[in-house]
Amino acid sequence: MGILEVKDVGKRFGGLQALGDVNLSVQENTCHAIIGPNGAGKSTLLNCLVGKLIPDTGSVMFDGNSVLGRSPHEINQMGISRVFQTPEIFGDLSVMENMMIPLFARRDGSYRLHAIESVSTEKELITRAEEMLEEVHMLDKRGMHSASMSRGDKRRLEMAMCLIQSPKLLLLDEPTAGMARADTNNTIDLLKKIKEERDITIAIIEHDMHVVFSLADRITVLAQGTPLVEDTPENIKGHPKVREAYLGETQQV
Amino acid sequence: MLGLGKKDTSLLLVVVALTMLAPFILNPFPSDSAMAQFNAGYPDLMQRFVIFGIFAIGFNILFGLTGYLSFGHAAFLGVGSYSAVWMFKLLSMNILPAIILSVIIAGLFSLIIGWVSLRRTGIYFSILTLAFAQMSFALAYSVLTPLTNGETGLQVNLDDPRVLGVSATADGSIPVTNLFGLEMRAAYDMAVGPWTFTFSAGYYVCALVMIAAFYLSIRIFRSPFGMMLRAIKSNQTRMNYTGLNPKPYTLAAFVISGMYAGLAGGLMASMDPLAGAERMQWTASGEVVLMTILGGVGTLIGPVLGAGLIKYFENIFSKINDTVLHSWFAFLPDGIEDFFVSIIHPFVGKGWHLTLGLMFMLVVTFLPGGLVEGGQRIAKAFRKKEDDKPKSPSTEPAE
Ligand SMILES: Nc1ncnc2c1ncn2[C@@H]1O[C@H](COP(=O)(O)OP(=O)(O)OP(=O)(O)O)[C@@H](O)[C@H]1O
Ligand SMILES: [Mg+2]
Repeated sequence: MGILEVKDVGKRFGGLQALGDVNLSVQENTCHAIIGPNGAGKSTLLNCLVGKLIPDTGSVMFDGNSVLGRSPHEINQMGISRVFQTPEIFGDLSVMENMMIPLFARRDGSYRLHAIESVSTEKELITRAEEMLEEVHMLDKRGMHSASMSRGDKRRLEMAMCLIQSPKLLLLDEPTAGMARADTNNTIDLLKKIKEERDITIAIIEHDMHVVFSLADRITVLAQGTPLVEDTPENIKGHPKVREAYLGETQQV
Repeated sequence: MLGLGKKDTSLLLVVVALTMLAPFILNPFPSDSAMAQFNAGYPDLMQRFVIFGIFAIGFNILFGLTGYLSFGHAAFLGVGSYSAVWMFKLLSMNILPAIILSVIIAGLFSLIIGWVSLRRTGIYFSILTLAFAQMSFALAYSVLTPLTNGETGLQVNLDDPRVLGVSATADGSIPVTNLFGLEMRAAYDMAVGPWTFTFSAGYYVCALVMIAAFYLSIRIFRSPFGMMLRAIKSNQTRMNYTGLNPKPYTLAAFVISGMYAGLAGGLMASMDPLAGAERMQWTASGEVVLMTILGGVGTLIGPVLGAGLIKYFENIFSKINDTVLHSWFAFLPDGIEDFFVSIIHPFVGKGWHLTLGLMFMLVVTFLPGGLVEGGQRIAKAFRKKEDDKPKSPSTEPAE
């Protein structure tokens, strides 16, 4: 049994079968990549895991519990954090505040009326936030208004916000899209380090094959809403069906 | 100090100084001079300044932090006033139990209205709050006459029970509101040369309550809860996927701001023990929106400034009539005098709304951050003369 078990999940948007009978098993403490052409249904699949969408059919089990019917904040509290394809951060808040909010969410749960205490007295959380920012090379930006940062920085911030929650499962939707090469390599290094140091399972959607082959332990290829193959990176590289359906078109290796 | 940072402490001290010295600050003109009518240092108006300040401070906790624009907050103010007057009728003329009940009842009332209205966001939320407030107004005006005394308004009478007080004083009049014996209408006039300064017990009670309310709002702004509220305004999607449930946070903000409104309503009735349905009307709800925007949405001091400015206009500009205008321009030849008077006429007296409207348009267009932004720009312009120091990173919103 994997930590994440997706069984026969289907999702239809009007006349479009975005997902059809997706089966996916992600083993604990591995990195599982999901690749596939644009519109294959990759983001839709993630949406079904985090409570943004409810699949029409099938089941999604995380850590032995069903996630279906739970709201996004409950699913996050179960231990799933997600980085979005278009960065979702608190744009009106400073970088540091963006880091504090997930820490409060982890410590205090999904709601607590702590209206009199001061944020500035939470020394322990502040230290942890600073350490995480240091790790993603953003400590110098701690006071910055986060909406005014570059797209790459927003992605890094969002990733840091997810990592600081120490999730059991981290979902990444194209985490390096829009990043400069150097930042992409930094992100790869960071994720490798996180994988080694922590008990964390990662599911990553990525178009950049360099990122995929650097990180993934297993790869699922999704095309038109159904998994084409699932295998190790070595086998995927040589797989004729994959070359034809995916790698052949967007040669990025 | 008091668990506040340096900047917040100084801001609080400024507010304390301004409110405590208000009888002087608001009466800059000698009482026999032509400018005396611009003096605002009389108890009735000063009380209104701070009471509406409280109302706006509370409103800003909801609107300024979460971005949820309520068009129905006057309902909570009205409920607060009715509750207080009932306390005066049934219990005693002591304002403390009256105000406590006002806050509690307004809190319960806002819990119900907030719970329903917060099922929607944006314009639908605003419309729901407006609908609830208008329903409350209609109920108070007619249906609930036994509770509210309908269009006459609720008043204290000679035959009220007042179980802990007296129904009537020894000389047969209605007792006055007091705080453990200190009468709210008690006032002391201090004459200094041509100036007269009035110190009213009622004003100082209201001012102390406003300082406490302001202090509490600073604490809320700087708390994790306040940060969550700003996070809700910024990105609810991220909030949800960070494991936080925005609903109870917004509801708590709604109830807290409703309790502030109830406090304001209770104080209002404590200064003058009557309550009428018009206090709940939608224009009253709109007014607090204007105050907050004019002063600076989401800033600490802005709502207080906005409340002061609007109440000043309402009470001072509205009193400038043609006779006053003629006396100002009396030095001009008759024809020109009439000309000036007729140009200014629409903007003063009954036309004060026009001036306020124009000012509101100017502020929203050129100073979206309200008066506070105006102040910050002026301060910046002055600071530019010193050398350009790098801005220190801050994790706090502007004061
Ligand atoms: N909420 C929605 N309503 C209707 N159609 C949708 C919705 N979300 C996705 N789709 C459609 O479902 C299909 C799969 O979309 P999805 O975003 O999952 O693709 P993807 O694999 O993530 O692609 P990309 O690589 O471009 O991000 C697309 O055709 C898309 O237009
Ligand atoms: Mg996608």
